[in-house]
Amino acid sequence: MTTEQPLLRVSNLAKYYGSRLGCADVSFELWPGEVLAIVGESGSGKTTLLNSLSATLEPSAGETLYRMRDGQWRNIYDLSEAERRFLVRTDWGFVHQNPADGLRMTVSAGANVGERLMAVGDRHYGNIRATALDWLGRVEIAADRIDDQPRSFSGGMRQRLQIARNLVTGPRLVFMDEPTGGLDVSVQARLLDLLRGLVGELGLAAIVVTHDLAVARLLSHRMMVMKDGHVIEAGLTDRVLDDPREPYTQLLVSSILQV
Amino acid sequence: MTTVAQYNFAYLDEQTKRMIRRAILKAVAVPGYQVPFSSREMPMPYGWGTGGVQVTASIIGPSDVLKVIDQGADDTTNAVSIRAFFAKVAQVETTTRTAEATIIQTRHRIPEKPLGKGQILVYQVPIPEPLRYLEPRETETRKMHALEEYGLMHVKLYEDIARHGRIATTFAYPVKVEGRYVMDPSPTPKFDNPKMHMSAALQLFGAGREHRIYAVPPHTEVVSLDFEDHPFTIQHFPEPCALCGAREVYLDEVILDDHGGHMFVCSDTDHCEDRRAAGHVGPLGVAQKAAE
Repeated sequence: MTTEQPLLRVSNLAKYYGSRLGCADVSFELWPGEVLAIVGESGSGKTTLLNSLSATLEPSAGETLYRMRDGQWRNIYDLSEAERRFLVRTDWGFVHQNPADGLRMTVSAGANVGERLMAVGDRHYGNIRATALDWLGRVEIAADRIDDQPRSFSGGMRQRLQIARNLVTGPRLVFMDEPTGGLDVSVQARLLDLLRGLVGELGLAAIVVTHDLAVARLLSHRMMVMKDGHVIEAGLTDRVLDDPREPYTQLLVSSILQV
Repeated sequence: MTTVAQYNFAYLDEQTKRMIRRAILKAVAVPGYQVPFSSREMPMPYGWGTGGVQVTASIIGPSDVLKVIDQGADDTTNAVSIRAFFAKVAQVETTTRTAEATIIQTRHRIPEKPLGKGQILVYQVPIPEPLRYLEPRETETRKMHALEEYGLMHVKLYEDIARHGRIATTFAYPVKVEGRYVMDPSPTPKFDNPKMHMSAALQLFGAGREHRIYAVPPHTEVVSLDFEDHPFTIQHFPEPCALCGAREVYLDEVILDDHGGHMFVCSDTDHCEDRRAAGHVGPLGVAQKAAE
């Protein structure tokens, strides 16, 4: 957080599905290198908010300004479709809960990682492969699996591959939708450890949607608690979790099972 | 006695031909772009070249000379029946000689003899979308063409090298037309890709089942996609044509007996006949004559 300007500026964002509320009155700023967790129960509008922020679901109101690499502030929904798609596959990343949504299951792991490089014009096979190998190493996938299809990978490996695929172009902002959902506890722990390392090392900003407060505690600097489409509480993660103000947040924190 | 059904010239009605010509004009104006058109039922099944037949039917005139080739040969079922079709419904002159034809309808090959000004090559195309097997959604592939997002095409070539150590795609090898659209050159062998580049002939592509027409106008740049460290190459055959001795042409393997005997002969039958008429003889050429 050495830069003096935020990366993303969201004001009064709202999304309605017809007359039904998805989320409303969401305003926040995200700074470079900062990890923001959005927590809340199912149906509280977390995913709607994430999709609205990540240019996949046009919001009904409000604006989402992003500071481009050239320092210009642009409303992501005012970008042309070509610019938006380019932004999404170079400067952004999106890690889906289900790796099959974010990966090409029928092409090899190496090609999955290399796709973004080829999309931005890399035409040297040797270089693409070397970069892919490097990234597989960083997400702890053995080098001899580079030519295997993700279909033959375990859930945890698929999720790590998806992360490598997203980070290969050096994005500045990564969206994650329940990145550890569907993984068993030990694999979750490893993935979180890896994510925390990568985020710190690369200075990534990230917005993580999760219903798992432990994930939020480990990964995020700040968090927002959502209920019924509204942000009811926001603040530093440790503050919110240790000293929740809203009755709902208190309920949420106290409902974690203790082993 | 009932009278024989009367067909309009070249089978299709005039409105349909105008509609197809408009699609062709658009295709020529935007080289490599797939123009949708309202494909008609033809008196032959899909997969037999209904797209090519419709394109040919809408550009053919009484003075045209038609040649039809299938896998390079003039005497295979598909070629013979399409030639007979146009001889019947358009009463045009047909030929097997590349140099004499004004329209050449083809499946799988481009003639070895360079095509000249005034000639039109009509391709029968089964799947016009080069990105089809990588991205099944048509809405998405159209968007990718519109925004020139062709990284995915290289993913396919990457996979080839990762699996086989080289680009193993040998037919329907993707090309970039005039630096803009990526195009599937129909299932021609990649051997023929360089012939499309800066060709003096007009090249039209018709996909009947998929309702698409696209084109490469004369003297247009057609570049095969590749990697810097794995450049595009065409097939090379170690031996010459067994009948005419030609080298640097595309050869077919022909099985001669049940004991592993085989020979390689020109896939372009007209080219082979021309060369033999001019006195060229391959290693098995004489033996072939003695056997007859």
